[in-house]
Amino acid sequence: MVYSEMLSKKLEGADAKEGDRISLRKGDEEYVGRLMAHHDFSAPDILILKMSSGYNIGIRVLKDSEIKVLERPAVKTVEREEPEPRKGLPNISLVSTGGTIASFVDYRTGAVRPAMSASELVDAVPELRDIANIKTRPLFSIFSENMDIIHWQKLADAVAEEINAGADAVIVPHGTDTMSYTAAALSFMLGDVPKPVVLVGAQRSSDRPSSDAFSNLMACARFCAEGKAAGVFVVMHEGLGDDLFSVHIGSRVRKMHTSRRDAFRSINVPPAATVSKDGKVEYLTELRAPSPGKAEARTAMDDGTILLQYYPGMDPKVFAPIISGSRGVVIAGTGLGHVGEPMCRVLKDACDRGIAVIMTTQCLGGTTNMNVYDTGRDLLSAGVIPVGDMLPEVAYVKLMWALANSESVEDAKRMMTETMANESGNRRCLL
Amino acid sequence: MKDAQEIVCGIEIHQQLSTRKLFCSCESRLCDEGEGAYFRKLRPTTGESGEIDRAALAQYNKGMGFRYQMAEDVSCLVDLDEEPPSGPDPEALETALVFSEMLHAKIADEIHFMRKVVVDGSNTGGYQRSALISTGGWVEVNGRRISILSVCLEEDAARKIEEKDGEITFRLDRLGIPLIEVATGPDIRSPEEAMETALRIGTLLRATKRVKRGIGTIREDLNISIPGGARVELKGAQELRMLPDYVANEAKRQKMLLTIKDILIQRGTEPADTGTEDVTDIFAGSESKVIKGALSSKGKVLAVRLPGFAGVMNGDGGNLRLGAEMAQRARSHGVKGIFHSDELPAYGIEQRCVDDLIGRLGMNGANDAFAICAAPERKARSALTAAVERANEALTGVPEETRDPLPDGTSKYSRPLPGASRMYPETDVPPIGITDSRLDHIRADLPELPEETEERLIREHGVNRQQARQLVRQDFSELFERICSAYSDMSAAAATTFLNTYSELERSGVDTSRISEEDIMAAFSMLSESKFAKEALPEILKEIAAGTPPEKAPAKLGLESVDDSEAQRIIESVVKEREEFVRSKGKAAAGPLMGPVMESLRGKVDGKKASRLLSEAIEKLIG
Ligand SMILES: [Zn+2]
Repeated sequence: MVYSEMLSKKLEGADAKEGDRISLRKGDEEYVGRLMAHHDFSAPDILILKMSSGYNIGIRVLKDSEIKVLERPAVKTVEREEPEPRKGLPNISLVSTGGTIASFVDYRTGAVRPAMSASELVDAVPELRDIANIKTRPLFSIFSENMDIIHWQKLADAVAEEINAGADAVIVPHGTDTMSYTAAALSFMLGDVPKPVVLVGAQRSSDRPSSDAFSNLMACARFCAEGKAAGVFVVMHEGLGDDLFSVHIGSRVRKMHTSRRDAFRSINVPPAATVSKDGKVEYLTELRAPSPGKAEARTAMDDGTILLQYYPGMDPKVFAPIISGSRGVVIAGTGLGHVGEPMCRVLKDACDRGIAVIMTTQCLGGTTNMNVYDTGRDLLSAGVIPVGDMLPEVAYVKLMWALANSESVEDAKRMMTETMANESGNRRCLL
Repeated sequence: MKDAQEIVCGIEIHQQLSTRKLFCSCESRLCDEGEGAYFRKLRPTTGESGEIDRAALAQYNKGMGFRYQMAEDVSCLVDLDEEPPSGPDPEALETALVFSEMLHAKIADEIHFMRKVVVDGSNTGGYQRSALISTGGWVEVNGRRISILSVCLEEDAARKIEEKDGEITFRLDRLGIPLIEVATGPDIRSPEEAMETALRIGTLLRATKRVKRGIGTIREDLNISIPGGARVELKGAQELRMLPDYVANEAKRQKMLLTIKDILIQRGTEPADTGTEDVTDIFAGSESKVIKGALSSKGKVLAVRLPGFAGVMNGDGGNLRLGAEMAQRARSHGVKGIFHSDELPAYGIEQRCVDDLIGRLGMNGANDAFAICAAPERKARSALTAAVERANEALTGVPEETRDPLPDGTSKYSRPLPGASRMYPETDVPPIGITDSRLDHIRADLPELPEETEERLIREHGVNRQQARQLVRQDFSELFERICSAYSDMSAAAATTFLNTYSELERSGVDTSRISEEDIMAAFSMLSESKFAKEALPEILKEIAAGTPPEKAPAKLGLESVDDSEAQRIIESVVKEREEFVRSKGKAAAGPLMGPVMESLRGKVDGKKASRLLSEAIEKLIG
């Protein structure tokens, strides 16, 4: 909610701005404090003051209340100096996008914004500079729910540029909500990228002492500095403690909890590696070694692609027009890859129209297998493509990319069944 | 007492509430067992001034890691900082509002929870959530008005379980229990008034009937200064009766530091340089246990010069004790202690070493002094640097700091006073608007004030003013009333039990806190049914405190009431034994015989009835 007209006028009249020390006279009482940002949920006639004790309180402003500015805050600019690169250390580029890992409280006004620049983030973890020469490149400053295809494309281009300019690794601090989508997008766009490209997030914002941003970033930098694996990865907490971190393959990872530090899990495969708090990296799967080659970003995407989760009662009348208006659809089916009879007909029809119909499972764990039951066999014969243990969101991102980077729909369908960035596999081990 | 007039003191009281936790739905109680031990680090973050909080930095420099134990039913993902908070608990908030009204304080129109940065590990988030509820109240203490600066609602910290190998283990059961924090203005002028104020505020808190009771549920912080001194915070006193000692001793300590300042200024002492010198070689052959221990684990002996500081580190027959202050500061950097020239040679350190040191450090001035520390080199250096910094602070008098109260009534250095820039908004908890109509409702239904309770106890239960007052002050009034309303004619016995029997039992070493409210109710239930005599109650309570269930206590002690004929038989035998005496005295023998009779009855019959039966027995004998 914003200020009421009465209060807006009073503030304007007094020329009071956030951060100013003001006096609010209300009847016999005078309140003195720093004017804080209006909270989204505060009532419109409430003024929030930070008292000398450090506490904020909300005070209801009345028609005859008086506001006076007592003092403007001294604007302090912090001089930042890029330190000289140190010989013998790997060069890591940090391309920041925003999100919780880079969100910060503006103490002057009390507002939280994804305002922290890449260099501020590094300055908050100075020990990063003992591991690598860190070059920072702020790209966006957005929360991850606002990441869109255009951002993936710009990001992939920026990462390729950094690698081609000599970076030994690229770290991408990213909001966690859609981090696995971005990781999947980069996995396909960057293909056989010759260096590690690692996304890292935080479940607790970096203004908090308990933030996982610092430790995740350190673990990420350590994995990069080892320089033993090329590809797109995600680094987050392995458990609830700050003592073990997982390196996930970018096309195999998913956010599985709304708030826990260990929300990110590799699905159907073990994590690629773990990093302990003292910096020891343990590799759990075989990874592609870095090479001196150039990076190439193939960033074309087909936005006529949709992702749908099947559910009992899914109404063909609602979804048939949506599906037929698309060029490709990924279904997160039930069990081994099924949908009910009415939707079955919709999908068959879509196949007939030349729309790429891809089947994944909403179980997430395990693979599709459409040979086991009638429904599955029907769908297969209609031309629905099952993609094994590929995650629904990964299949969605891949389909977008495949449709835009192929000669024909048939070619795209073929690409969907080929493993291109570790996104699917034939063996599922006991994890 | 002249000194007392110079004291400026304020109190902060933290009282746990008996509601659910403040920001989750966990129960608010402590657990004997904890599970798991999640490892965490807490980093000090920059405050709003763009600089890192100095108290936070001091904690981080200790290099601690933390482990957190969960406990069933009383900790959850919120407590472990794995889920955003919900709440605040409506009952806890209501209690804070009610209490604010009882203090005549002005309640904020909108309440905003803040994050108070605390990186000692006691809060998993690295901050304590706290909201300012009201300001500008007052409380009357023995006819004087003590101002109330603020009433806050905040969450309690996690409980420290152990500390070893650079790790502190906390249990999350206590974390998140709601606390009301009430701070008085600096209006308290004597050690006794500090206690009286705390007592009055405690009584008002209990009047809300939503506070926890017992050890650890209420903690007091004292802010103490004397003119020319500085604000020193004594944090976490638990025993009310110790408050006067803490205030008096802190005032004395500050006077001592002002004396030292005068001496140093008179001498023209300049701040000492913090540069250390490695003097390990001097101590190579020393027999001192501390030195030998440090050297055998690859430590070093470092020394610093303290020109102009001789005689104030330990001087004037132990009245000047700057050395103790320096050592406390040094210890906070992880060393066992330091030695200084005012106390050497001692502790096994030989005169020869002292002489060599004086030579090496080139200490020629009349008041030149030194300090040494034996420990791993880095630790020793930071410890000595801290000690020198403390010595230099003596030039300006009393340093502002936080101190830990000790059981002997003194205190020791804990950390610098936290700066003001340690709070920022808790963005996960939306602001809470407080409407006028809500406050009207609260004002219309405020809890009974302690003095009103006293009046009612006198009026309704026939106790005298002194008793009523003590029942309220000692927090027995509620239980007392429960007994009175449940069982008739028990008010006198109940008052005696709480005001006399309990303290007698405590004096004889019985832990009365082991007698639960339910135990007491059960005991009075049996008493009201004459299952034992009133005289047997102390023995019964003692037995209950020892762990016997109330219903079994009388039988176990052989104190069950006997019926009239059995009592008659016992009394008649007593009379018979003293037949000659009875015959000579006649009816007047009853008085002297009451003692032996009660002894034989061992509390199985109450005194009134015994007296009647005795008279009858005497009449029967003398005819
Ligand atoms: Zn909880």
